[in-house]
Amino acid sequence: MKKLLVSVSVLVTVALMIWGYYQAMYAAPMEATMGDVQRIFYYHVPNAMLAFLFFAISFLASLVYLATRRSNAPVAQAADAWALAGAEVGVIFCTVVLTTGPLWGRPVWGIWWTWDARLTTTLVLWLIYVSYLLLRKFAAGPQMQTLAAVLAVFGALDVPIVYMANRWWRTQHPAPVFGGGDDSGIKDPHMLAAFGWNVLSWAVWGLLILVFRVYVERRQQKIENARAAAALAAE
Amino acid sequence: MSIHVTHRESWLALVWTHLQKDLRIEWRSWQAVTSMLFYALLVVVLFSIAFDPTLEVSRQIAGGVLCVATMFASVSLLNQAWARETRHQVIDALRMTPADGAALFFAKVLTNFFFVCIVQVVLGPVFFIFYNLHPLGDTWLLAIVIPLGTWALVANGTFFAAMSLRCKSRDLLLPLILFPIFLPALLAMVLSVKTILTGDGSDPHLLWIKMLAGYDIIFMTVSLLLFDTVLQAE
Repeated sequence: MKKLLVSVSVLVTVALMIWGYYQAMYAAPMEATMGDVQRIFYYHVPNAMLAFLFFAISFLASLVYLATRRSNAPVAQAADAWALAGAEVGVIFCTVVLTTGPLWGRPVWGIWWTWDARLTTTLVLWLIYVSYLLLRKFAAGPQMQTLAAVLAVFGALDVPIVYMANRWWRTQHPAPVFGGGDDSGIKDPHMLAAFGWNVLSWAVWGLLILVFRVYVERRQQKIENARAAAALAAE
Repeated sequence: MSIHVTHRESWLALVWTHLQKDLRIEWRSWQAVTSMLFYALLVVVLFSIAFDPTLEVSRQIAGGVLCVATMFASVSLLNQAWARETRHQVIDALRMTPADGAALFFAKVLTNFFFVCIVQVVLGPVFFIFYNLHPLGDTWLLAIVIPLGTWALVANGTFFAAMSLRCKSRDLLLPLILFPIFLPALLAMVLSVKTILTGDGSDPHLLWIKMLAGYDIIFMTVSLLLFDTVLQAE
């Protein structure tokens, strides 16, 4: 039953990704000023939205871990697995954002990179979560989970500060497409459809990987607990 | 679990005890301050040679060089600050005392802040000579900006050094986790120093200094609240 469920969800995800690709590359009309390069938008923006979602999952799970680590160990362990999985999948999505951004920026802005509000925030976010993953590698034993959760709190506090800092500084990134002002929003229904399908397919893909990762991490925790119990019994 | 000392005087007394101890250790060896001072001096000299800046360029980049030199040099100091406590398991003894861990943290921050300030006071004139600086803005503002930025660096650095204390290759780990978090403070510090040196008036409302102060308050509060969690992590 479980195997069937996994197979079906993988198939659905792959089908959605293919459909999303078709929508972005063939169904959506060519953009008037930027041309075909604008199609990167269908990957760049959904990935950015989802990266923030996964980092938020990681942050909330870290808070749950800190709150329950002494009172409710099973919940805390589950929360830790979610925090790790959220950070890992978030870093992947953030990497896609940071790769597709310059690819678009070079032909449209004429430069690969600029120190602007969103770019800097995204890069700092990426750096913070890579350092979070590094800390998890460097720190040993159960204290690692606590230290990682604390770092996640610091990271989450940092991001709004970086964002505000850069808003005061300078900005070159296009204004928000949705909710940016009177002129914002996608007017062409085909473009909107392509965008919507890509948000959906990337979200499904990301959540699938997230659930897989949590499952693997939970297994890992079980193995470690069994090892610790065996070591105690042997003494 | 730590028992929180409710009496206010006794919390300050605790801070004072830790502070005295740390200052006395440093007074007898001068290890941390001298190594940091020499390291910072080397960074300043290296940058000066590598870029050979003209007068106008100096003003533009001097703030960044000063901040980055302090940042790199502080890492060695911050690592030593906690490494001292691991000798003879002092840190384990501190964990077992019923005293509030935040007091220990606060004392460490004060000590480190004091040491970095000494280094900056010595380094400052050297820096002005090497870069031929003639500040065009309100120079007195430097007396606000530099301590605020240093505090941001030292408070976060002390916290993260305690975090990486029991990790593998902790000397390497500290900059890896400290620098990304410190980035907004570095940005604010560099830009306000640049505004002061060039006198370009790009920050009339002193937004960057306010942001730096806000950063200090936010992160100091969170550090004080979470320090016991880090100290007692097991």
